[in-house]
Amino acid sequence: MFDAVSAMNGKEVKGAVTVREGGLRGMITLRGDLSSKALAKVCKDLTGFDVPKQGQAVSKGDTGLCWMSPDELLILVPHATVSAALDAIAQAMGSEHHLAADVSDARAQIAVEGPFAREVIAKLAPVDLNADTFGVGTFRRTRLGQVAAAFWMSAENEFEVICFRSVAEYTFGLLEASAEAGPVGHFKTGE
Amino acid sequence: MSTRLAQAGRFINKNKAVSFTFNGKNLRGFEGDTLASALLANDQMLVGRSFKYHRPRGVIASGAEEPNGLVNLGKGADFEPNARVTTTELFDGLTAQSQNHWPSLEFDVGAINTHLSRFLPAGFYYKMFIHPRPLWKHVYEPIIRQSAGLGKAPKERDEDTYEHFNIHADVLVIGGGIAGLASALAAARAGARVVLVEQTAQWGGRAVVDGVTVDGKPAEDWVNETLEALASMDNVTVRNRCMGAGIYDHGYALAYERLREHEADGTGPRHRLWRIRAKQIVTATGAIERPLSFSANDLPGVVLASAVRDYVVNYGVSVGDRTVVVTNNDDAYRTAITLVEAGLSVPVILDARPVANGELPQKARALGIRVETGKGIAKAVGGKRVTGVKVCNQAGEGAVLEEISCDCIAMSGGWSPVVHLWSHCGGKLNWDADQAMFRPDAARPPLGADGQGFVIPAGVANGFLRSAEGITDAHDAGLAAAKAAGADTTPGNAPAAVDANEDALSPVWLMPQGASYDLRAKAWLDFQNDVKVTDVQLAAREGFESVEHAKRYTTLGMATDQGKISNINGLATLANSLSADIPDVGTTTFRPPYTPISMASIAGVARDELFQPIRKTPMSDWHNEIGAFDEPVGQWRRPYTYLRDGESVKEAVKREVKNARTNCGLLDASTLGKLIVSGPDAGKFLDMMYTNMMSTLPVGKCRYGLMCSENGFLSDDGVVARIDEQTWLCHTTTGGAERIHAWMEDWLQCEWWDWKVYVANVTEQYAQVAVIGPNARKLLEKLGGMDVNKETLPFMQWADGRLGNFNVRVYRISFSGELSYEIAVPASQGRAFWDALLEAGEEFGIMPYGTEGLHIMRAEKGFIMIGDETDGTVIPQDLNLQWALSKKKDDYLGKRAHSRSHMASDDRWKLVGLETLDGSVLPEGAYAIADGTNDNGQINTQGRVTSTYYSPTLDKGIAMGLVHHGPDRMGEVISFTNIGGEPVKARIVDPVFYDKDGEKQNV
Repeated sequence: MFDAVSAMNGKEVKGAVTVREGGLRGMITLRGDLSSKALAKVCKDLTGFDVPKQGQAVSKGDTGLCWMSPDELLILVPHATVSAALDAIAQAMGSEHHLAADVSDARAQIAVEGPFAREVIAKLAPVDLNADTFGVGTFRRTRLGQVAAAFWMSAENEFEVICFRSVAEYTFGLLEASAEAGPVGHFKTGE
Repeated sequence: MSTRLAQAGRFINKNKAVSFTFNGKNLRGFEGDTLASALLANDQMLVGRSFKYHRPRGVIASGAEEPNGLVNLGKGADFEPNARVTTTELFDGLTAQSQNHWPSLEFDVGAINTHLSRFLPAGFYYKMFIHPRPLWKHVYEPIIRQSAGLGKAPKERDEDTYEHFNIHADVLVIGGGIAGLASALAAARAGARVVLVEQTAQWGGRAVVDGVTVDGKPAEDWVNETLEALASMDNVTVRNRCMGAGIYDHGYALAYERLREHEADGTGPRHRLWRIRAKQIVTATGAIERPLSFSANDLPGVVLASAVRDYVVNYGVSVGDRTVVVTNNDDAYRTAITLVEAGLSVPVILDARPVANGELPQKARALGIRVETGKGIAKAVGGKRVTGVKVCNQAGEGAVLEEISCDCIAMSGGWSPVVHLWSHCGGKLNWDADQAMFRPDAARPPLGADGQGFVIPAGVANGFLRSAEGITDAHDAGLAAAKAAGADTTPGNAPAAVDANEDALSPVWLMPQGASYDLRAKAWLDFQNDVKVTDVQLAAREGFESVEHAKRYTTLGMATDQGKISNINGLATLANSLSADIPDVGTTTFRPPYTPISMASIAGVARDELFQPIRKTPMSDWHNEIGAFDEPVGQWRRPYTYLRDGESVKEAVKREVKNARTNCGLLDASTLGKLIVSGPDAGKFLDMMYTNMMSTLPVGKCRYGLMCSENGFLSDDGVVARIDEQTWLCHTTTGGAERIHAWMEDWLQCEWWDWKVYVANVTEQYAQVAVIGPNARKLLEKLGGMDVNKETLPFMQWADGRLGNFNVRVYRISFSGELSYEIAVPASQGRAFWDALLEAGEEFGIMPYGTEGLHIMRAEKGFIMIGDETDGTVIPQDLNLQWALSKKKDDYLGKRAHSRSHMASDDRWKLVGLETLDGSVLPEGAYAIADGTNDNGQINTQGRVTSTYYSPTLDKGIAMGLVHHGPDRMGEVISFTNIGGEPVKARIVDPVFYDKDGEKQNV
């Protein structure tokens, strides 16, 4: 048998702010009517969460839901259960217009954790990361350095970053360099 | 001489001496010194040579406006040119070298230019070196570049790190003087999120030196208390050594923080570029003193009056023992008073105004200082530093009344508010005739997205030169900014400042006002670029009436200081020469950054491996490990060929192609774009996107498709597979994945928003491998798991199944003309699958091939390549692809454009194959030569080469090209350009060179 591997194979660089690739994660792009009851139900069945509002994400461990656009969710499930989840979605949605695609391997997930994690992200993304506008559960699709990325705060001082698999090494490098460069001392809360 | 005084400077820690070197000399200063103050304390008045005439130059200012004191700083990996001595903080071990002289600062051969200055007027280079034209590039420019220029370029890699920092703020306050502090405090107390930045290490600006009291306290105490108050507030960030560099559209601003320049060593980034989105910006940027234009005003020892007292008060340094003060205003009397109170002598204050009876002049007289009104300087006397002044009447032509010896001249021509940041994004200025200065017109601010102003000038920078008015204005500005940003708490009252009353200045643009040519020809306006009063007058005479033209003709204000002390004097001189009013002449454009910022800070973290993203496939590490020779394809790096020991690139490509055609080749095709298009209207949608019919494609089958822009030009191509009733998978070119995805979304979101179609880009979900060649099927059969024979999986079909341990989707498509399978597996299994193929394929002669092999094999088959055969001007008809333009469909993107007369015409360059008569490879991009020449005398053309290769299969050069009426001219021989050689003859042939009937791919 062979081992399926994530983009950075779980690489971790420990420091005041630790950067760690999250290994294989199950991710499903679901496009459809986000107000649909069938959609809400299957999302809840798969993750235990309600469909998040605009600009929000809910997650716990390997499972969660991220609001990607007015007609798109990112469903987070354990990597091994993606196939079953896709079947469940197909069954639940029936003839309702939707598109569900496995994008687990198209992405990489990187965790950024530590006292100035907020500043590490702010070095790379043009996002308002003040605590009163960006708290636990806030989700943004934006860029890090020169690549597209999305992130949300899963807990205080803990960010989950998602980028495309092909640029995982670049994105990890950005986060690692920005963490290693130390704090800025701008954000006075959330430290 | 300049020296250190017994009294301590405010910024100096006399308990901590530091050593540094200047031009190899070991010197000592104190912690808190700038390089400028430390040099002056060591009597090093001469700091550089001027740009054009190589005149000796000394420090003229005490801040960011300094034009003369530029040095090369550091060594090796720390080297940095053009560092400003007045803003360079001293640290132990600092090394500095002066610039722009040879062989030495003290003796400079280039100084001969000062005696040739009559022959080097403004525009000299333009006039002298324009003929003959070719000499400019090859002779004149290299020589002039050698003799001109300031600092040297660094030779070693910069070892430091740099970073960006993105923040959002309600109010950004630029400038940490009492105005900026008052603004920030008002805004912060009103409840706004405030960021306050100050370019220097010190807070409080000029107020402390100028003896202002605020709220009944000395300014210094108020500054410290205010700073403490701000630091204690959660909604405030204060940063010193952080310059507001530029203001851009919609409240975007850059601030440039210098974190480690003031220390010998340390850790962390050297510079940080703050990228700030502010709802409102307050510019509390202060003002800059202007020089006076008198003869030899550039001698070392001629210093701005404010700088002279800065050096005394802040650094305990006297520029000279005997200082003549020359002024047109009351403020400069502060310098005389400061000097006398410090025990230094001021032999005379020369005041160009007929009367000077203000509070400060009276105080000066009371101290026993001689004050001469209506007088000016005819000429400063001296060589490498000033030794005296020749006094004259300001009203006259410069007849010398008296010569007074001195070793410093403190000059003041009035003050100019720093309006740069206000103006960067379009803030307008008014001319204030009473104070002889441009000041912001608050009614015409830079406008944001909502049409409202987003910049508010404050304090001195708003034209309120007196602290008493300025601090109130600044408080109001801070409050207004906070309110405009949505804060609603009412802060306390404005602080009250008290400073001396001042009488009006009298504008003096030339001293004496009727100065003779000889005097004017040594009266400097721009010290760094060596522009004198006569240069600007010459420009006006020669018709350069626009200030922007005069600037470029004379280079006034074009040096690294961007004319901070010279621009107003220069344009006043221009206005006088044109007999125009100053506001009618106007200012040149203020552009960011305020002072130069490092290139490294702009790059930030983007260097070395992080310079740009390199996209990697799941197999990229394997390619790199065995030493593939890469080529960039978009942001991917794809193996061009897999070099083996001792092989040339050409040999490796030849080996790979031959092996693929005879045994088995393996290609990492993961970069190919893959878009899922799904929904009840997906077929209808794809019929619009592609020129050919996709809705009729049966499930399980594949079809090659073309995409055009709405203007009919070929945009992308690829194989489309029908997955199920509602779902298609569209392959795009490697470079086209994101573009075509965006293109589809654009049409779906903006035009056909009611069509039920969803698109997902799954390019990176799959690793895709092409297995090609006569042994391809044997290899897959060895892996086993699914039927891949001709009957079950014929050409242009696909199937899901298993190969070995892998769940796969196999497409029977071929871009090489060989028996070919393109196999997709989830990306996380891509490397394992690749390894499994290599292992199993060994007995079948498996060998990976790169993109060059791919290109050659497709060219041998006459397949087109987007980007080679197309360039944005090519339509399908040009490539003989009429068969792919559906006639059954009512519409598709590009259809209407194809009916335009020139598109529909047959009179076009069309695709053909090309074979040289001697078997050689046609030059890339070569043009087919036609008879005669065009109106420009250029040879006429009748076609061009689009792809050209050595074909290992046929052992000769093959090419494709677009030729006028090409397909009608089979067999004809035409000539192609060949740079540096004779034209090459080639025969027009069928573009399919290999296996015309497609027997090999269809087995």
